[in-house]
Amino acid sequence: MNMEQPMANRSVRAATVRVAAILVMAAMGSPAASVAQDGNLVVRNATVITVTGDVLESADVLVRNGKIAAVGADVIAPAGVREIDASGKYVMPGILDAHSHIALTTVNEGSNPVTAEVTMEDSVDPFQVSIYRALAGGVTTAHLMHGSANVIGGQNETIKLRYGVRTPDELRFEGAPRTIKFALGENPTRVHGGSGNKNPSTRMGVELVLRNAFEEGKRYMEAWDTYNASVASQGNRRRGNRGMSATAMPPEYNLRLETIADILRGDILVHAHSYRADEILMLMEVLGDYGVNKITFQHANEAFKVAPELAEFGASASIFADWWAYKFEVYYSTAYNAAILTRNDVSTSINSDSGELIRHLYHEAAKSQKYGGLTDAEALALITINPAKQLGIDDRVGSIEVGKDGDLAIFSEHPLSVYAINEMTIVDGNLLFDRANDPDDMRLMVNPDEEVPETMIRYWETDMHQCMQNTEWLFGISADQLSY
Amino acid sequence: MTRSVAGLLVAGFGFGVPNAALSQETDRTALTNARIVTVEFGVIESGVVLIEDGRIAAVGANVDVPTGTTTIDVAGHTVYPGMVDSGTRLGLSEVGSDPRTQDFRENGNLTPHVKALTAVNPNSVLIPVTRVSGVLTALAEPTGGLFPGTAAFINLHGYTPEQMYVEGSSTMVMQFPVTGRRGSFDQRSDDDIEKASKEAMKTLNDMWDRAHLMARLESVYEADPEMERTTEYVPEVSALVPVVNGDMALMIVVNRAADIEKAIDWVQEREVALPIFSGCAEGWRVASKIAAAGIPCIVGPVQSLPTRASDRFDRAYANAGLLHKAGVKVALRTGESENVRNLPFHAGFAAAYGLGKEEALRAVTLNPAEIFGVAEHIGSISVGKLANLFVADGDPFETKTSIKYVFIEGHNIPMESRHTRLYDEFLNRSR
Repeated sequence: MNMEQPMANRSVRAATVRVAAILVMAAMGSPAASVAQDGNLVVRNATVITVTGDVLESADVLVRNGKIAAVGADVIAPAGVREIDASGKYVMPGILDAHSHIALTTVNEGSNPVTAEVTMEDSVDPFQVSIYRALAGGVTTAHLMHGSANVIGGQNETIKLRYGVRTPDELRFEGAPRTIKFALGENPTRVHGGSGNKNPSTRMGVELVLRNAFEEGKRYMEAWDTYNASVASQGNRRRGNRGMSATAMPPEYNLRLETIADILRGDILVHAHSYRADEILMLMEVLGDYGVNKITFQHANEAFKVAPELAEFGASASIFADWWAYKFEVYYSTAYNAAILTRNDVSTSINSDSGELIRHLYHEAAKSQKYGGLTDAEALALITINPAKQLGIDDRVGSIEVGKDGDLAIFSEHPLSVYAINEMTIVDGNLLFDRANDPDDMRLMVNPDEEVPETMIRYWETDMHQCMQNTEWLFGISADQLSY
Repeated sequence: MTRSVAGLLVAGFGFGVPNAALSQETDRTALTNARIVTVEFGVIESGVVLIEDGRIAAVGANVDVPTGTTTIDVAGHTVYPGMVDSGTRLGLSEVGSDPRTQDFRENGNLTPHVKALTAVNPNSVLIPVTRVSGVLTALAEPTGGLFPGTAAFINLHGYTPEQMYVEGSSTMVMQFPVTGRRGSFDQRSDDDIEKASKEAMKTLNDMWDRAHLMARLESVYEADPEMERTTEYVPEVSALVPVVNGDMALMIVVNRAADIEKAIDWVQEREVALPIFSGCAEGWRVASKIAAAGIPCIVGPVQSLPTRASDRFDRAYANAGLLHKAGVKVALRTGESENVRNLPFHAGFAAAYGLGKEEALRAVTLNPAEIFGVAEHIGSISVGKLANLFVADGDPFETKTSIKYVFIEGHNIPMESRHTRLYDEFLNRSR
């Protein structure tokens, strides 16, 4: 059947509806439908790249109840456990993307320079095929970030790519620390300062907005601390039968300031969109003044210029492998960023910020070998254990170790080879991508009445502008004219 | 020079630094003990490439190297023809978000008389960043309306656009009218879309008819130089005359399956002499039809998403291979500006997903040279061609392969760019 032709005949169309409905059912849930997805499987005879430990030849990985139970030669698996023969293949930990906007229905709450109270948790859409496409590239965990329109943007959501689940909560990386998006430089100054009557319009203004927000958050926190202490002491007195009446009034509740207070308490990890060295230094100084010490600089094209300062602060960087010159603040960039940072002991990850790039992060990591000669282990750490640390989930994912989550990717060749093809992706011990057996159309929700949408992506219409999504109206331009 | 002074130069005078300080000891260079992948004539396991006056003077296992030749022993390394990117904005765009630095899109729907070559900035910082990757020639391509102008191949070294220009590579670009919705952001009604498509086809056909008329008039004037010329000055029509006469190729940018089929019909009805399709994102859907029509395809970017949510995840990776298997001649494009350097990786992905390494190499060397009619100058290591070649320590597409030397028109190009200079300065920055 020619997919281009609208279906003219009613009965043909009705039949198609039924077929489509069956296809939807078939595709739903598990691609590899015939075997139970119960979190148990064993991968046999692979070259196992553990990342944090050795590379093991002809080794097995056993996953039981979603957790890695054994790694090594001739692992004994319980009877009936699904066996995957990976002879001649390479197994690595599931890849992490520390900067993604897939599976989101909206990205920016661009209404104010500070919107700490919003959270991407409310925008997660488990039905987006972008999740499957990332899975096909060996990715098992993604950090879904708020956009970069605001100096203090919304809170982010860390997910497992459990493609097939129906609710946002089932995607959630349960127990992952809360994180929040900050943004410095051109994006917030254009979005907010561009109006001519609002801060920030310069990098000076960005610092001003940050310091105001932190100070207000601090005072709010102290007011609540004082109140809580007062209530507690009254309670104690009451228990002591002194009979004093309550006099303390609670401060007005404010979710924005509450969230900033949580940052100051160290309960929320900061991930700051940033490019230039000066603004990176500025944020470290502000954070230092408020006792916040956990920071990952996102993009950070000029991080290499201040690598010693980043190392001293203990800050991390999550960067592009080679993106540059798409805007002025990344004109003085180098693809050797990852190598310089790594050699200066700055914990570094490579991220995608793109529904396309997320599909070949293993290749992006390999670029650090071309540009600066990182070892295989260092290069693969950029997309596994390092982003896991930056997201505070390195006790769960990022390496192949007993006790960690059963998240694996199986490649045809060494994953740092340009010819490597990811053949299988396993999340929590469930085989969720199987190149050899998955059908072509992996959408979970298909409206049988809908014509196949002829969405056409040309290179200047790609999805690569997601950080600034939902702010087009501010500039009177179309989405494809925005840059990160 | 001290480190800090070098830093000043890098940071402060990016636009002003010439993109190469060239070594010109002699005009004759020999690469010896080389493994030579000629692309056109197989592989020579150990041999010599002799470069003279910017061209390849000799290639073979046994070549007499004249005395006075600068000799570079490249034992253990492989010589490849320079890679060619068949669709870029290189030289036409400096900073992606800054319209003041972008010169690839002229206003107007009918501007076939503008030339991308005019706007190529030979001192673009992006050019050295690109060529040290082994990509030595790029199609500088205008975009925009129905006829956005002519594209041209530029070699990635030169002080003027003319020096960079690959002789004979000027190609007329046409954006084939897009039928249907352009994407989720396209909010037009079905009727409006249909109407717009019909109008666009009418505009195209009117232009083509007028160009034909102009061509006939010009041939009449040519036959009789005495005759008084009465035609008006219509530069946009005159620009198309070489195309309708079959003297210039017509590169038709077309991506959707339905549009590709329409474009094939149009090319055949209008008897376009030298048609090339570019983009071809859904080429795999109608590959046999394209093959039957004998139209070559410029495919890419390879690293891109499938065009439809319902498509297999790897369709864009596999597209070039599927077209090749159907019998279509394929070349690759990145569609990039600052990251044209990633062409070998696009080729590597195409190779892995069905095109194969050998065909992928042809798709970034000899095929584009042949498709654009400039195989006498570029595309293989062959006597008489421009000495555009690079020396690598491994597979040219493999990510970690290091490029050791780059020659463009015989010039031994410094392996430097803003990116290497920043690395050199900041790897062990003083505190």
